[in-house]
Amino acid sequence: MQKGEERMEENMVKRGNRLIVYVPRELDHHFAEQITETLDQELEKGIVRQLVFDFSATTFMDSSGIGMIMGRKRLLSCCGGTVSAIHVNDRIWRIMQLSGIYKHIEISQEAVWNRKMR
Amino acid sequence: MEHKNKMVLEVESRSCNEGLARIAVAAFATQLNPTLEEVADIKTAVSEAITNCIVHAYEKETELIRIECFCQNKELTVIIRDTGKGIEDVKRAMEPLFTTKPEQDRSGMGFAFMEAFMDRVSVESCPGRGTSVTMKKIIGRQNSVFE
Repeated sequence: MQKGEERMEENMVKRGNRLIVYVPRELDHHFAEQITETLDQELEKGIVRQLVFDFSATTFMDSSGIGMIMGRKRLLSCCGGTVSAIHVNDRIWRIMQLSGIYKHIEISQEAVWNRKMR
Repeated sequence: MEHKNKMVLEVESRSCNEGLARIAVAAFATQLNPTLEEVADIKTAVSEAITNCIVHAYEKETELIRIECFCQNKELTVIIRDTGKGIEDVKRAMEPLFTTKPEQDRSGMGFAFMEAFMDRVSVESCPGRGTSVTMKKIIGRQNSVFE
């Protein structure tokens, strides 16, 4: 945690108008619903303009994860906000390619060298 | 010698069972000596089919989902059955991006992912009676990039 950062839930950190969501190990329908519930409460306040999904701990994602990200993208794009995904592994990148979501959000595959940085 | 095996598993249509179901099927598939990539393919396809049962077939009801797995030589067959509301138009339901629940953040990619990650997918459904999804995959056909 750095100065000016606010930890919302166990898996979310807000700094200014940027919110980082640390995606769990597996992002399926079960976990997507849990994230949506807490995330939407925060997004409804209308402060967040940059939403970042950090996939450094994630090894599994299915189409429910895609639906969750696209839904948040729709919420944010109406007020000029952006959504991005970082530290995406090869498998999750393939899922994002197949679904076409890579056309709508910015994706970075850069690996995480030091997990403790979190 | 011919290798054959079978597993039957029933789970309640609770979202916490999605992880359990895909891991159980992946564990069953290990006897075919799959690559990491193939295991990931199977887990994704099973997760999609189970999610369909929970979100669409049973909606808010808690009922049983039956998962049958067979292996014969190099071929894995997974059948996922529900006794839920069924699908009116299977062909349409299988079109990429088609969804009846866009307001619930459904991407409409479930069947497309099953078809992308398994060799064959067939769907039988009877409105009001239920749906069964049969997926087949030959294991060990290509070398994994990880090995």
